[in-house]
Amino acid sequence: MTSAATPMAPVPYRVTGRRDETTDTVTLTLEPVERPIPTPLPGQFTMMYAFGVGEVPISVSRIGPHPRDGSTPGPVLEQTVRAVGAVTGAICGTRPGQVVGLRGPFGVGWEVDAARGRDLVLAAGGIGLAPLRPVLLRALSEPDAFGRVALLIGARTPADLLFTSELDEWRARGAQIEVTVDRPSPGWDGRVGLITALVPVADVDPGRAVAFLCGPEVMMRVTAEALTGRGIRDADVRLSLERNMRCGLGWCGHCQLGPLLVCRDGPVVPYTRAAPLMTVREL
Amino acid sequence: MEETGGITSASLSRERFFAGMPEPHLAALAATADSVQVPAGHRFFTEGGPARRFWLLRSGTVTLDLQVPGRGAVVVESLPPSSVLGWSWLFPPHRWRFGAVAPERVTAFRFDGAAVRELCAADSRLGRDLALRFAQVMLDRLEATRVRMLDLYAHPGEPR
Ligand SMILES: Cc1cc2nc3c(=O)[nH]c(=O)nc-3n(C[C@H](O)[C@H](O)[C@H](O)COP(=O)(O)OP(=O)(O)OC[C@H]3O[C@@H](n4cnc5c(N)ncnc54)[C@H](O)[C@@H]3O)c2cc1C
Repeated sequence: MTSAATPMAPVPYRVTGRRDETTDTVTLTLEPVERPIPTPLPGQFTMMYAFGVGEVPISVSRIGPHPRDGSTPGPVLEQTVRAVGAVTGAICGTRPGQVVGLRGPFGVGWEVDAARGRDLVLAAGGIGLAPLRPVLLRALSEPDAFGRVALLIGARTPADLLFTSELDEWRARGAQIEVTVDRPSPGWDGRVGLITALVPVADVDPGRAVAFLCGPEVMMRVTAEALTGRGIRDADVRLSLERNMRCGLGWCGHCQLGPLLVCRDGPVVPYTRAAPLMTVREL
Repeated sequence: MEETGGITSASLSRERFFAGMPEPHLAALAATADSVQVPAGHRFFTEGGPARRFWLLRSGTVTLDLQVPGRGAVVVESLPPSSVLGWSWLFPPHRWRFGAVAPERVTAFRFDGAAVRELCAADSRLGRDLALRFAQVMLDRLEATRVRMLDLYAHPGEPR
């Protein structure tokens, strides 16, 4: 029996690791208890169930490895969760050994394979870095398959930065990593300002670059404008939309955004498709 | 600070800020400018000081700061390469409203504010063109500041 056969039934995953990223954000390592969900693609999400509390959409922030010794029945997954309410609070409170439920994977991902041979600009605002991390890891693991890779990160304060223990390794493996914060704290010697100020320093060729954006919608809108202003084609900009969702299957209509059901047609959509919808009130 | 020589209209024309400006205007502006290189830690100016120049950053970042009692010099914004640094030279009383420091080595074109004001007064087309370019820079920074005011990454439960 696969999750596709019973799409509303959560598949048990054991929490085998837990890392505090910030005061409110945690990365959980998850291993299937018996059978895995189908392997997610970068940009896809699962409906993550805190038993007895509820279920929310959470992106996959790392896919694999799948140990060859067969010690886990499927790839290990990581999901990075910010505690903002009842369900995410309960998920962030889980400890190694506890079990959560996963349904999915759902949605259209970044379509990383279509970006092979191109330069990559990844622009992440806040928790938006989580769904972009699998793209970065894929590009770093296949350096000959992609051109230059620039990761632009915007965060509220230095203490809100995610995956800080990995940034140096990503740089050492060839990625350009640029970080800016809205509010510096004492001792911060990095950049201060909006993420759009990082666009001119991205060391890519706009004519051959593809850009993937994830973060608050206003952040994505202004960043997409800055990127297209630098010469990246509208059609080469993709962004990940967030809407409250329930079923993940396009059945319930909770996540409707104009003609799109974000859980099924997104969350990743071309900027050309998202732009007209992003400025409409109360869609 | 090291002065690395005079500049030509051709070198200005390669900068995005001057894109499309007629050659005679570029030549007139180039005659008021030189090329400079400053080490990490160099302070371009201090809040309240006389504003006599502006810079076009070619490499390196510059941070704008403001003295806040009890907190010292608080950085409000970092300017990436290709940015214009300084517009207080354009408006009376010609005093800096913020400070500016190079946290890393910076190379820049440096312009003499009084000489540029004279050029603008003598040639209204150059004056209008340059004023519009500065207005665009101000508009971009105002928009960025407004978006930062939205505090987009705040915790949803936090009052904003
Ligand atoms: C496709 C998709 C992928 C996502 N990936 C992640 C992820 O990787 N990590 C992660 O931490 N979160 C992610 N989210 C957001 C996450 O699903 C919500 O934070 C969660 O549903 C909140 O549920 P809750 O019961 O904890 O809080 P609720 O009680 O439902 O909400 C608490 C507060 O958070 C606000 N809120 C709820 N959802 C959102 C949202 N999407 N954006 C901004 N504010 C919101 C509410 O308005 C409310 O003020 C994703 C959402 C989508 C649609």
